[in-house]
Amino acid sequence: MGVGAFFTSKLDEAIGWARKNSIFQYPFVTACCGMEFMATAASHYDVDRFGAGLARFSPRQADVLFVVGTISHKMAPVLKRVYDQMCEPKWVVAFGVCTCTGGFYDNYATVMGIDTIIPVDVYIPGCPPRPESVLDGLMKLQDKIAASAQRY
Amino acid sequence: MDGSSILQRLRERFGPEILETHCLRGEPAAVVTPPAIRPVLEFCQTEPELGFDLLVDLTAVDYLKFPGREDGPRFEVVYHLFSLPHTHRLRLKVPVEESEAVVPTAVGLWPIANWLEREVWDMFGIRFDGHPDLRRLLMYEEFEGHPLRKDYPVHRRQPLIGPRN
Repeated sequence: MGVGAFFTSKLDEAIGWARKNSIFQYPFVTACCGMEFMATAASHYDVDRFGAGLARFSPRQADVLFVVGTISHKMAPVLKRVYDQMCEPKWVVAFGVCTCTGGFYDNYATVMGIDTIIPVDVYIPGCPPRPESVLDGLMKLQDKIAASAQRY
Repeated sequence: MDGSSILQRLRERFGPEILETHCLRGEPAAVVTPPAIRPVLEFCQTEPELGFDLLVDLTAVDYLKFPGREDGPRFEVVYHLFSLPHTHRLRLKVPVEESEAVVPTAVGLWPIANWLEREVWDMFGIRFDGHPDLRRLLMYEEFEGHPLRKDYPVHRRQPLIGPRN
């Protein structure tokens, strides 16, 4: 029964707790879902209660990439580049059905789900999703962050 | 000026170059031969009584396999004109053959035609003779074909990154 092993697991939990409550998000807003994203961020639903209130408009300062809205094939390389520029640890949230699966778009222009380009941690369906489902998705992401093995 | 008198002026001035006119519910439309479209547009803009100073829209239609038009010209380029001083409108159409899909540009008359013609080139593959910068407007340079043509395969995908088809 080493003291070290006990200490390491508690440190992991402490870091997970800190990380899940200080989410710096990068909103990659391309379409109408952005309005619902703003509603979630504004005072009534207040995403700041979950420590995710500060949006960073530089991918290098962000932990969570919020992909909000339809991604076209023309935009796909930009999204991939933004994801590559983010520092570890990083997570991705697909916000709305367009980012999850392409939604009702099945045409020459639209990417059929961003998970064909970058890995996704949480899918929030809806067209657009209600702020309640966004907060539910955010809490699921927090659980995932807290439970994952922390690298530091 | 009401719709039928606008069409009357065009017929008087251009005669056989105006292939067809109709005026449904006061909305005038004229079909013009491809060589005459540039002079007709210029006339519409400069003639004081017409005074069409605004190009509202410039688009195209693909009539491939359209019932009743199987043997006619495949495309039609459509101009929507509006006059701010007279508040009247006019729709001009130009039939375009697939084999020589070229129409004279309207950039010199209305600068907005620049991007509208680029969009028509991008989506339908109709060229505009004399256009200063005829590049794709919406799709990326690597894109092959013209997606709003009726024979563009519905399920053809051309992603820049990610899985293909």
